[in-house]
Amino acid sequence: MSELLQQIINGISLGSIYALIALGYTMIYGILRFINFAHGDVFMVGSFIGYYLAPGIISLAGGNLILAAPIVLMAAMLGCSVLGMTIEKLAYRPLRSRPKLTVLITAIGVSFFLEYGGQLVFGPDPKLFPALIPSGFVINTENLVVGTNSIVVIATALALMLLLRFIVFNTRMGTAMRAVSYNHRAASLMGINIDTVISFTFILGSSLAAAAALLYSSVYPSINPLMGIFPGLKAFVAAVLGGIGNLAGAALGGLIIGITETFVSGYISSTFRDAIAFSILILILLFKPAGILGSHESEKV
Amino acid sequence: MKFYRSIIIFAAAVMLSFLAALFENRINPYYFQILIYIGINIILASSLNLINGFAGQFSLGHAGFMAIGAYTSAVVTSTLRISGDSIIDIAAFAVALLLGGFAASIFGLLVGIPSLRLKGDYLAITTLGFGEIIRVIVQNLDFLGGARGFTGIPKLANSFWVFSTVAAVIFLIANLVNSTYGKAFLAVRDDELAAEAVGISSTRIKVIAFVTGAFFAGMAGGLYAHFVTYINPAQFSFLKSFEIVVMVIIGGMGSIAGVIISAVLLTILPEALRTVAQYRMVIYSLLLIVIMITRPQGLFIRRRKTGNIVVPKARII
Repeated sequence: MSELLQQIINGISLGSIYALIALGYTMIYGILRFINFAHGDVFMVGSFIGYYLAPGIISLAGGNLILAAPIVLMAAMLGCSVLGMTIEKLAYRPLRSRPKLTVLITAIGVSFFLEYGGQLVFGPDPKLFPALIPSGFVINTENLVVGTNSIVVIATALALMLLLRFIVFNTRMGTAMRAVSYNHRAASLMGINIDTVISFTFILGSSLAAAAALLYSSVYPSINPLMGIFPGLKAFVAAVLGGIGNLAGAALGGLIIGITETFVSGYISSTFRDAIAFSILILILLFKPAGILGSHESEKV
Repeated sequence: MKFYRSIIIFAAAVMLSFLAALFENRINPYYFQILIYIGINIILASSLNLINGFAGQFSLGHAGFMAIGAYTSAVVTSTLRISGDSIIDIAAFAVALLLGGFAASIFGLLVGIPSLRLKGDYLAITTLGFGEIIRVIVQNLDFLGGARGFTGIPKLANSFWVFSTVAAVIFLIANLVNSTYGKAFLAVRDDELAAEAVGISSTRIKVIAFVTGAFFAGMAGGLYAHFVTYINPAQFSFLKSFEIVVMVIIGGMGSIAGVIISAVLLTILPEALRTVAQYRMVIYSLLLIVIMITRPQGLFIRRRKTGNIVVPKARII
């Protein structure tokens, strides 16, 4: 029983990280109708920004992690926002009116560029991510161990998701985003600057990825330039599972993937861990392609 | 006439590869290895071109098909203890290769089925997922050696096997896409809805593309396994798939000659540029982005603008 509870807590913690990444996929898909394959690698860059900045900021803050961690978080989010915006401007914007396949291939190109460029810049060997979350235990009994890690991860993710919800549903920019996702042309006729909205979406998505990266690296502290591939793919699956383009769906999908994955590696075998998300993806696409919360879009002729 | 001409070219290519096999002991083994890799990559890239270029689907799981072919044929030849000495052994190797191809095409069928409902991005990531699932499953199968890999595969593939397969693949694909039947592939790629409207079953076309493409990828995998004599699941990760995709895109999706040229170049270049090997993937990815922005039709082919209805003719030479 307590093992089950333990697995569920671990699963929610991992799942909320996937959810944060999935939100980026889903928002960009909602606006541009394409999958930003490079999103997982923006996540990786976020982790490396944290890796390089954290020691300096922690020593500036006098070793006070509660003061330092939010600053590192902000810095990584800012860095990734700039990166996400630049990628959109340089690689995706020139292709906006081109066939989807062209944009897809470009996105794959950007993804590999970040991965292998990362290997050149950061070095291909794994690095140890500095501890940003004070280590300790909230619950520490014989059968159940809940570290501060899990609690901080879940709380931060929840806070960011609520913030995102507020931005999308209660601000002018959020309204513009929703308008653009319904119809580009109509939105631009209403005086909405499409380019600004798209840039803003990339900023939001990339900064969530950066936050997810710091949380992920705090739980799994070995980081390397290819670390973004699998979390990225799994988060994408989460976005599809929940219904791509749907914010609540992405969060739900992230949790489902996180929990399933933890259960499979806990009860069956951890070697199957990476295949689980893909199996879920294939099943969902075969039986309910619109996802759990998504609505089916019919193709216009 | 065109068909007969291509038969002659095909026969000549098979003869040449047979002659080359007689002399292969005299070639520097390093160059010979590169030559074999060129052949295998041509098979892989041309078969992917059928799916990505001609049928307009986007598969990122070609290495998975290759893995299935490699493992299937390796299991066959090593359980039968084929050494390649007698004529029966040679026939058995051919059967093993074909079995590898068939096994891969069964998986091609499995991947083809979701492709009926999926497009572009979704299909790409689903095929990527299929490839990874295959890899993870192989990794967990002990009788295939798991993550340690499969050793002791007889060294049966030589330039004859590789290059006659190359000739067969190109012969089949070129004749397929130039046939009336094959025009349906291009129609589905250019406008699926319009193709359906003139009575083409796009479902059928997509499945055929996947099954055929997977078959050849499986054969390429079999040849590879019987050349290197040792395979492990890591060799068939999606990086391999990506490499094949890059060959197809640089050569020009839907261009047979362009894809062959790029398969040759992209096999030789990394060998020639070993000293800057760490830049290889960075250069590949940059090339991909730049090509997509400036020359989406590929580097070597001068072709129609997008939106033009004229169907490009695929030629062998």
